[in-house]
Amino acid sequence: MSRRARLALFAAAAPALAVTLGAGLAGLPSFGGQITSYARMLSELAPRQRHITDVVSAISFDYRGIDTLFEEFILLSAVAGISVLLRPLSDETRQLPEDKAPDRTIPPPSPAVWLLAVFLSSMLVLTGIETITHGQLTPGGGFQGGVILASALYVVYLGTNYVTVERFQPAPLLEAYDGVGAFGYVFIGLLGLLAGAGFLSNVVGLGVTGNLISGGTIPLLNLVVGVEVAGGFAILASEFLDQTAVIRTRRR
Amino acid sequence: MSEAVIAVALVWVAASGTAVVLTRDPLRQAFVAGFFGLALAFLYLSLQAGDVALSQIVVGAIALPLIVLLSLAKVRKGRE
Repeated sequence: MSRRARLALFAAAAPALAVTLGAGLAGLPSFGGQITSYARMLSELAPRQRHITDVVSAISFDYRGIDTLFEEFILLSAVAGISVLLRPLSDETRQLPEDKAPDRTIPPPSPAVWLLAVFLSSMLVLTGIETITHGQLTPGGGFQGGVILASALYVVYLGTNYVTVERFQPAPLLEAYDGVGAFGYVFIGLLGLLAGAGFLSNVVGLGVTGNLISGGTIPLLNLVVGVEVAGGFAILASEFLDQTAVIRTRRR
Repeated sequence: MSEAVIAVALVWVAASGTAVVLTRDPLRQAFVAGFFGLALAFLYLSLQAGDVALSQIVVGAIALPLIVLLSLAKVRKGRE
């Protein structure tokens, strides 16, 4: 497209965008203004109906649980797409970094870096589990905790080397986490149907508000989402790392 | 008081967002984008959206910079 045609297209499109965007923005409620009646109703009802203290968890895993199910599958298909896209192609080969200079050994990381990696990765695992299991009580939940768990593996890589981190994350295990987590969500949804209520109804005992085990299916769904997200993000990181560290174009 | 915090957060978001656009080198942009993510998380927190702030931190500070940095490493290695 020539410069003149692009400018003409822009001149036509910019006012149209400005008008529609302006009309849309004019219809928005004022900033930080009134709380909608739906929000007020949910913060009133959710703690009593679902025995939770974090209303956002009750919305995303119970009242709007079906939306989260679809988001689960968006992540699953995104990770599957990345895996297909980043596989070794026919003119590429997997080659460990040390194969380039077999007579030279890679110096191990200094003890200080290693100690920091051990300390940080164990703290990250702990924080991840804490975030997943307390989803119904405090901000956080399966998605956030899952990413924190996967990030523990990055720290292992930073503190050691490629071969060690591959031992920590065997691909079949990560794929199993991803798949089992996604299926677990559907399975917990089917529990509702088995109990004679609707799909994804909260049919498990609700427990006492404020306890670690409370909220019925909400902590269970957080757990399976956490497993899926941890597996998915670990696959994502290891696919990108493979591309950078070991996959290279075959010499002709 | 809370208005002041929100105002600081909004200014921080605007400034760091502009900085992301004005940074031309992709490697530096990855770091600046990380700070932009932090500013967004602070804004969400100041608006009392703790869950969204946590999601923003894990995506903006862990997932996005990692993918950008590893992609840059791959592209630069291909050029050598």
